[in-house]
Amino acid sequence: MEAISVIFSVAFVAAVLRVSTPLILPALGGLISELGGVINIALEGIMLVAACAGVLVSVWTQSAWLGAIAGVALGMFIALVLAFFHLNLKADLILAAIALNLLASGGTIFVVYLVTGDKSSTSRLVSGQMPFLSDFIPSVRELGDLGRLLDQNILTYAAFVLTALVALFLYRTRTGIHLRAVGENPEAARSVGINVRRMQYLALLLSGMLAALGGVYLSMGYVKFFARDMTGGRGFIALAAIYLGARKPLGVLIAALVFGAAEALSIQLGNLRVPTQLVQIIPYFATLAALVIYAVAQRQRALARQRAFLQSRAARQV
Amino acid sequence: MTQATPFIVEMRDISKVYPNGVRANEHVNFAVRPREIHALVGENGAGKSTLMKILYGMERPSSGQIFVRGKPVSIHSPHEAIALGIGMVHQNFMLVPSFTIAENVVLGAEPARRRLLDYRAAVEITRQLSAQYGLEVDPEAPVEAVPVGMRQRVEILKALYRGADVLILDEPTAVLTPQETHELFAAIRQLVQSGKTVIFISHKLREVKAISDRVSVMRNARLVDTVNTAEVSEEQLARMMVGREVFLRVDKAPMRRGEPVLQVRDLEYVTEAGVEMLKGVSFNVYAGEILGVAGVEGNGQTELVEVIAGLRSAAAGQVRLCGVDITNAPPRRVRQAGVAHIPEDRLTNGVALSMSIAENLIVDRYERPPFTRGGLMQPAAVAEHAERLIDQFAIRAPDGDAPVASLSGGNMQKVVLARELSSSPKLLIAAQPTRGVDIGASEFIYEQLVRARDNGVAVLLVSADLSEVMSLADRIMVMKDGRITAVLDNTPDLTEEAIGYYMLGVKRMSAEEIAARA
Repeated sequence: MEAISVIFSVAFVAAVLRVSTPLILPALGGLISELGGVINIALEGIMLVAACAGVLVSVWTQSAWLGAIAGVALGMFIALVLAFFHLNLKADLILAAIALNLLASGGTIFVVYLVTGDKSSTSRLVSGQMPFLSDFIPSVRELGDLGRLLDQNILTYAAFVLTALVALFLYRTRTGIHLRAVGENPEAARSVGINVRRMQYLALLLSGMLAALGGVYLSMGYVKFFARDMTGGRGFIALAAIYLGARKPLGVLIAALVFGAAEALSIQLGNLRVPTQLVQIIPYFATLAALVIYAVAQRQRALARQRAFLQSRAARQV
Repeated sequence: MTQATPFIVEMRDISKVYPNGVRANEHVNFAVRPREIHALVGENGAGKSTLMKILYGMERPSSGQIFVRGKPVSIHSPHEAIALGIGMVHQNFMLVPSFTIAENVVLGAEPARRRLLDYRAAVEITRQLSAQYGLEVDPEAPVEAVPVGMRQRVEILKALYRGADVLILDEPTAVLTPQETHELFAAIRQLVQSGKTVIFISHKLREVKAISDRVSVMRNARLVDTVNTAEVSEEQLARMMVGREVFLRVDKAPMRRGEPVLQVRDLEYVTEAGVEMLKGVSFNVYAGEILGVAGVEGNGQTELVEVIAGLRSAAAGQVRLCGVDITNAPPRRVRQAGVAHIPEDRLTNGVALSMSIAENLIVDRYERPPFTRGGLMQPAAVAEHAERLIDQFAIRAPDGDAPVASLSGGNMQKVVLARELSSSPKLLIAAQPTRGVDIGASEFIYEQLVRARDNGVAVLLVSADLSEVMSLADRIMVMKDGRITAVLDNTPDLTEEAIGYYMLGVKRMSAEEIAARA
């Protein structure tokens, strides 16, 4: 069948890597915030703002790098606002994050309209794009299929490197260990002199940074423009990936790749004769299905243990 | 300026007034000699925790001075207390459950190489400290997988690793079996021998007598006296604590045991996570008796109570009340069948804190006359009901409209007791009925439980306080790992040690023996 051959092509794997990047980065950020005990629901809004700021600053400065730096800085600033509201002003973390998401959605359109007079996208502007591997090593293009696989945006490479760095940070550095201790038992952390608030600020700032990188990739790597609500719920799918990945860096990476594969599939099937509406729900449906399967599997395991226990006890009594 | 002093820690004229006007400490003078075991005793709310929080830098005194090794100091945070060599083992452990013991011991002061944690070194440090002070732990086990006694040793090791010379132990035996307590006492003696000083907070006078060199007694925010332990009796200490003679020995009429009221058969309970908490539990509670359930907390007592009360679903087995099957029935049906329940977690399950006393007293019967007629609440009936129970149960409150949150622990518990006993139950389940309750209110609660028993109510008493079980129960059922390990008649010659063996699982009765007695 056509669909099968599509899935096993190099192009498909390359596409999976491409579409997974804006899931892996925010998911890693979300993971850090979750382990710090301050789950960042504003990943979506932060991505959106970073995507928008990156494009506009790159247009203005004619430098993709400056655009990216501006996007990340603004994303971290929003995370800082969230942290300030929650940690200093004691606002509810979830509500504050929802407010920021709504603000990001409306605010980015407003700014885009002010700059371009267009309410839907910046496609009329000439904006920067973060380099691909072939921009550094042009000979990659001559490698054929392998070349197509390797010629990814540097932010895609960054996503994988950052997964390893986040794991190293969380499990091997003192700061990372303190951050996890704060998330699991803040009282215990405080009692040994760890500054709980400072750790939670750090967790939210890092989550903002990683989500912003994901946003920058969307508008300056994956495509070369900003479009209204272009994150399309990726910040929320990233949240799902945290739990599906069992709150471990490698697990989160794999979960994000699974979701990415679902999205890549929907893109590939879009070229075939399948109704687009049906195809477009695939990534969201995959997210939902994965979470249901995860929950059912956990419950099954509990029931199996219960049955095994009752049986072994019955056997002992006979 | 350093002055010669016989004390390692001295707190002079300490007062503490909280912003809400509560005077927790008034002109307290407290001094500890080096290498002594100094007990600090007092009722709940007497101010001992506040005093120790001040010493450990968690609270600032309103006035007064602290000297450590003769030097005046001001301690602003636990960090500063630790730097002065003062360590504290809190009552609820300050551990990170998923971290290993070694990680917990070094947390906040990790050995590191090039900014990365040196885990091998952490394990080695833990192992050495453990051997040096005779505090046996498994450094690489995650804390969540080890028993309470070991978690406590981890807390002590944590303090020692940070260089503590003075260790404050806040009610360390509250969660231990008698045997674990013996082990802890041996460890404390070894600590003192190697030059440490121990402050031992407790309200268990027997333990204070057994372990301490000197004892300071607090009452009503003041330090009553500091005496040599060898020179006072338990009764004298009790008198100093409460200012009057209190014997928590309960006078009970001989039991008139009736028909079985509660019959539990082969009860199994498995948590969502798949942990088996009840494993084939079978027993009866008869009319007119108090069945005490003893056991270290976390061995299935909470689950047993909540399954019977309809708050959790059993995986298998049967619960019958006067012959009626109430297994996995919803709580309301269980209550209508005649079960009253004093829950162990009073603040979340016993009362609605923000609501009034009157409202809390009718939550189980508001929909019935006289409180509701024709679908409308009858405020006069509610108020009258509250007034009567406040009077009858000596609840110290201005009136029924006062929010329950404004009451002390003892009076809050009296509200729960009043509601449950006034529902004329056939079975009364009392889980940890005097936890966090002062001695005066505890006495009252004991009287009420015994009165209910004398009136033919079947009483199931679950308590982590073994002496409470021993002074109230007619029979004692011991639970360990979700099983009944013994059912004993509470005869005068029954000792805490004898029960302790069953609590630890060192000894267990045969199934036949349990079946015959349960």
